[in-house]
Amino acid sequence: MSKIYETADDALQGLLSDDMLIAAGGFGLCGIPENLITAIRDSGIKGLTFASNNAGVDDFGLGLLLQTKQIKKMISSYVGENDLFMQQFLNNEIEVEFNPQGTLAERMRAGGSGIPGFYTKTGVGTEVANGKEHKDFDGQTYILEKGIVADLSIVKAWKADEQGNLIYRKTARNFNPVAAMCGKICVAEVEEIVPTGTLDPDLIHTPGIFVQRIIKGNHEKRIEQRTLKTA
Amino acid sequence: MAWDRNQMAQRAAKELQDGMYVNLGIGIPTLVSNYIPEGIDVTLQSENGMLGMGPFPTEAEIDADLINAGKQTITELDRTSYFSSADSFAMIRGGHIDLSILGAMEVSEEGDLANWMIPGKLVKGMGGAMDLVAGVKRVVVIMDHANKKGDSKLLKKCTLPLTGQKVVDRIITNLGVFDITQQGIKIVELADQVTVEQVADFTEAKIAL
Repeated sequence: MSKIYETADDALQGLLSDDMLIAAGGFGLCGIPENLITAIRDSGIKGLTFASNNAGVDDFGLGLLLQTKQIKKMISSYVGENDLFMQQFLNNEIEVEFNPQGTLAERMRAGGSGIPGFYTKTGVGTEVANGKEHKDFDGQTYILEKGIVADLSIVKAWKADEQGNLIYRKTARNFNPVAAMCGKICVAEVEEIVPTGTLDPDLIHTPGIFVQRIIKGNHEKRIEQRTLKTA
Repeated sequence: MAWDRNQMAQRAAKELQDGMYVNLGIGIPTLVSNYIPEGIDVTLQSENGMLGMGPFPTEAEIDADLINAGKQTITELDRTSYFSSADSFAMIRGGHIDLSILGAMEVSEEGDLANWMIPGKLVKGMGGAMDLVAGVKRVVVIMDHANKKGDSKLLKKCTLPLTGQKVVDRIITNLGVFDITQQGIKIVELADQVTVEQVADFTEAKIAL
């Protein structure tokens, strides 16, 4: 059975519904699944919860789904780059569950690994710890955080082979491997699909078992902060 | 004369020791990398998934796939490695990073830190800050001693939502260097011509004598 689909729309066929939980890879605008986000916007599904480190910017990334008010809730660590998000949040139009960045990454990794929860020191003594189980280990206090299992995960990689083995490039890896793991089904968009056997098996970042559908996308790869060496 | 941003960063660079793995926060902490002392070899971690962060790129070197945690374009070094966010925070939460230098809105005399939100006003999120202060071996804060209105940012208790409880080891402000101790905030060093009386005027927290 081929995992390769022609377009983002094709690859999402039968997977989308209102009120679903979607995990998305990316950090800022780096390594985000641009084509799949656009296809989700065009599908018109609503009431979405996104587990994603950031919420894009006003007119790119998940910001596109904020414009159309398709997102009900974000599970994120940082949304400071998005004014639209800030407005919608302060107007109570959108819910946000702030997760420390490492907690969010580990929640995805755990969810994808069959681990329902884990204890961490991160957030102890802060409002993140409110309502969570506290437990001491060797004289230190930890809180219980739960794994995330998403209805769908969408990720972006550099290369895939026909088996769905993925390789990421530089810091565009970020949340993509853990997002891929935590979805009940994962769709990956890549810059290049290569024949099976051409990727070095020792250098695969995400083994194909975590990836059910693949498309070759077109990527704008917008840069958020173009910072140059000062002469 | 109180220190300016660059002088604060320059002073913070003296915290670096040979062989350290270091995470620098956004803003003034980023400037610390401009002042790494000669003969000191440190490896900078960027929590979006990079160890061995290089300088900002030339126009020709810009790569959209290569950014730091402040979303700025960056370059790699010979020693660079890339990894997922889960591995990145395993380094941070697992106590493998030696030093975290980050900014703050408020610090309390017990070492509590607030730097991620102002209720009703500013909602950005904590990013990796809660993980860094909970997991990194040593936490140094760089911030102005007082806010624009002249109110102390070194408080008896933080008024803003906390990023971490009893996590700060040292604070570098425009007035000097201060350590969190059982007896209160201990003056380690003062900027040129800054007096203990001036520091006392701008400090709500208890100063250890």
